[in-house]
Amino acid sequence: MTRRLMRLLAVLAACAALAACSHKVQWRTDNIDGLMPTLDFHMTDDSGKTVTAQTYRGKIVLLYFGYTNCPDVCPTTLAKLAQALKQTKNHGAGIQVLFVTVDPKRDSVSRMHEYVRAFGPWFVGLVGTQDELRTLTKRYRVTYSYGKPGKDGNYEVTHSSAVFVFDGSGRSRLIMVPHDSADAISADLDQLAGQSSS
Amino acid sequence: MTRLIVVLASALFAASAWAAGITVSGAWIRHLPAGVPAGGFFTLHNQSKDAVTLVGASSPDYAMVMMHKTVEEGGTSKMMPVDKIDLPAGGTVTFHPGGYHLMFMHAKHGVKVGSRIPVTLMFSGGGKVTAQFEVRGPTAR
Repeated sequence: MTRRLMRLLAVLAACAALAACSHKVQWRTDNIDGLMPTLDFHMTDDSGKTVTAQTYRGKIVLLYFGYTNCPDVCPTTLAKLAQALKQTKNHGAGIQVLFVTVDPKRDSVSRMHEYVRAFGPWFVGLVGTQDELRTLTKRYRVTYSYGKPGKDGNYEVTHSSAVFVFDGSGRSRLIMVPHDSADAISADLDQLAGQSSS
Repeated sequence: MTRLIVVLASALFAASAWAAGITVSGAWIRHLPAGVPAGGFFTLHNQSKDAVTLVGASSPDYAMVMMHKTVEEGGTSKMMPVDKIDLPAGGTVTFHPGGYHLMFMHAKHGVKVGSRIPVTLMFSGGGKVTAQFEVRGPTAR
């Protein structure tokens, strides 16, 4: 009996050692390492310059789709990202948030500029032609649709709420969703930045 | 004549007694640049003995105020218009980012962060409650 117990303890100790050695990386948001295509697009940024994915190589990129006439979920997400970036070890250095409008009809380059700058220095607004937007949204299976205009011509846009995260090489790494907290987002961005620099 | 005055007085009294039980706390507006709509958030408490129904809101500082709810469904967000919210006696409802919110459209003048803006909540039966909403910046949460 004692010998059996000893053997069991030895097995348990070996398991614990193995687990410690494997050192599995834990993410608090959804890990999609390489499951989505590499970052690739061609658009106009909020200063009017033509930009592509290459423009942001070397930076961690957070890609989010929305529109400026969105009173709740878009500013709520951007405000949360601003807080998360401020909380990172390097205060968001080396991280870029790309806010792509799914409403290019109303969101001009200058409106996007005024809008994104209000959230902080990490935000860049991207405006594409309908073709450029379609290519990018298809690539990440992002959906958007326009509601019926009201009496004053205002309409709502339904859109994907996820934030896609790419590392400095453009590889897809994480998806962040509305229920992820600013703490979880900033912890994961720190972990990702640590991996890229090591 | 005396009778009319009594009726009027009791109507006024009833209205103020009704309003006394309905309170608003934590009211704020997230002001955004570029003239885009702003979201409004607050908690409504019904400490009266009766159920009430919130049917809308208005503000002298905006051309239009609408009640909305953000709905998350299968990875997409959409805004649903809300006609009314029933609040039982003793009930509370919170308008918060990502849920119920007021949408303030077309500010009639420059709205300043840090200022306070009166917003009147309207109830079925004609009851009204006015609260001051604090204007906060884009990154307020």
